[in-house]
Amino acid sequence: MKALVWHGTTDIRCDSVPDPEIEQPRDAIIKVTSCAICGSDLHLYNHFMPGMKSGDIMGHETMGEVVEVGAEAKGKLKVGDRVVIPFTIICGECEQCKRGNFSVCERTNRNGNIAAKAFGHTTAGLFGYTHLTGGYPGGQAEYLRVPFADATHIKVPNGIPDEKLLFLSDIFPTGWQAAVQCDIQPTDTVAIWGCGPVGQMTIRSAVLLGAKQVIAIDRIPERLAMAEAGGAITINIDEDSVIERLNELTNGKGPEKCIDAVGMEAHATATIDSMYDRVKQATMMETDRPHVLREMAYVCRPAGTLSIPGVYGGLLDKIPFGAIMNKGLTIRTGQTHVNRWTDDLLRRIEEGQIDPSFVITHTVSLEEGPDMYKVFRDKQDGCIKVVIKP
Amino acid sequence: MRYETERTRRRGQADTATDTLARGLGLFSIALGIAEIAAPRALARALGMKGQEGLIAGYGVREIATGIGILASKDPTPWIWGRVAGDALDLATLATALEGNNPKKENVGIAMAAVLGATALDVYCAQTLSRESPHPLPPLQDYSDRSGFPRGVEQAHGAASDFAVPSDFRTPEALRPYTQPEAPRHPQPSM
Ligand SMILES: NC(=O)c1ccc[n+]([C@@H]2O[C@H](COP(=O)([O-])OP(=O)(O)OC[C@H]3O[C@@H](n4cnc5c(N)ncnc54)[C@H](O)[C@@H]3O)[C@@H](O)[C@H]2O)c1
Ligand SMILES: [Zn+2]
Ligand SMILES: [Zn+2]
Repeated sequence: MKALVWHGTTDIRCDSVPDPEIEQPRDAIIKVTSCAICGSDLHLYNHFMPGMKSGDIMGHETMGEVVEVGAEAKGKLKVGDRVVIPFTIICGECEQCKRGNFSVCERTNRNGNIAAKAFGHTTAGLFGYTHLTGGYPGGQAEYLRVPFADATHIKVPNGIPDEKLLFLSDIFPTGWQAAVQCDIQPTDTVAIWGCGPVGQMTIRSAVLLGAKQVIAIDRIPERLAMAEAGGAITINIDEDSVIERLNELTNGKGPEKCIDAVGMEAHATATIDSMYDRVKQATMMETDRPHVLREMAYVCRPAGTLSIPGVYGGLLDKIPFGAIMNKGLTIRTGQTHVNRWTDDLLRRIEEGQIDPSFVITHTVSLEEGPDMYKVFRDKQDGCIKVVIKP
Repeated sequence: MRYETERTRRRGQADTATDTLARGLGLFSIALGIAEIAAPRALARALGMKGQEGLIAGYGVREIATGIGILASKDPTPWIWGRVAGDALDLATLATALEGNNPKKENVGIAMAAVLGATALDVYCAQTLSRESPHPLPPLQDYSDRSGFPRGVEQAHGAASDFAVPSDFRTPEALRPYTQPEAPRHPQPSM
């Protein structure tokens, strides 16, 4: 089959690879009908996240049709079922899964011992996302092997196009959880850094959950326009001081809820701290660039919440913990517990509350995939979200 | 990692290369500056320029300042031109070391060749950057109709208030707002 394969920094190719096969009784194989490129894939493309090996298949936002089912998954899945595959692989049985903390499933990361060395504990296995999270082949391919398939799937009805359902795999529940983590009150101002696909879903979720005011921050005009279309007030970091504008919009009090939908590759702004990060990163003394986190901690209203769906991989410098502690801020973060939210979100799509396909700007074949990584990363051609049709 | 500025954001692939070059020159400036400040004596000896240590260290400070300017400014163009001027100064200074009977003339020649190479890159980079439009271009696509809400933003606002935030995701009682006035019908500035 054909698949998008990681070969090294900014080197992804469309290769011919062996078809996946059932390896464990709980496995299933799906024929991929749609998949997408995610901002998290860019961290791998740019090789900010360690733990990739040449030959790894990319992709964790996938949906398709079940074509083969292992013996122990048969009760839950059958050939022909239409499924969206969550990016977190879950067993459904461990203590964390039972609590709904699916992204920290204790059993599905087959390299759990390595993860435990890096993070103290294992976290869930993820598709197409480094050997720290199991090294499972991803879904930017014609076929995908789904481990623990009896639990790791979202059944979706026929008659709704892929485009409306695909993002149940990751970015829609991710934006939703980012907003839910804020426990939004009708009096809240929610400020969201980053208007990429995750930021866009976060804006929609905050509006649906009834925030008084949603403020979106980025620097790319098309992304800001899309944010505005979704009901947000926008701040362009190249034109305005983020802190000043946020204070203006909240009568000097700062937003109650701040969401980081940017992650570890925050763009340098013309601030001293951004310069500091670049030098430290170039000299390997720091792994991530936490400019957004610093800004959030500083501007957030006392007793407010910092919600962090943006991905970080390692060590961060100069985090103003004094501000966080003294202002009594709550920090909530994590990879998304996808299946915890998807039943509810599927209903909201079916009822027409939201149509997540608004974010798609490019639809391409697998062969065009490698080029689209670059277009998406460099935000060329108005690119916001790329869907691939194998 | 991409070096990106307000004005260079939209240039195509070839131009991303110029950004990378500018960034590379910025890092090179800082590295050279550090070397000049850290080891002015060794450099002066190698170039037969004993007694000029202070000048070399001073040039190091200039290199670092330029490097930081290139990396941190929104528009690196004037800073790259600054490097070109700095190169000329370096060449003029090195040329003085060619006079008289300096036994290290050969080293000075090598250093001048290296500076000339860097100068060529600097000039190329500065010229390419200068050719660009100083005005940010308008959005590439119009997404102003993409609300994502089939029934519109007004209807969507608070449409999910039936959602019960799970207990482990709720804000502790003490941190909740003191009063909860009526919510406005759609997101709007609080002023
Ligand atoms: N928690 C999860 O489970 C989960 C799931 C999916 C994605 N993510 C993460 O969410 C983040 C965003 O994903 P995406 O797909 O939207 O990626 P993206 O790269 O398309 O979007 C990031 C956006 O942030 C903007 N940005 C950069 N620096 C900024 C700054 N200083 N201030 C404001 N905005 C800035 C960029 O212009 C860009 O539009 C990534 O880190 C990704 O890994 C997390
Ligand atoms: Zn993702
Ligand atoms: Zn589990």
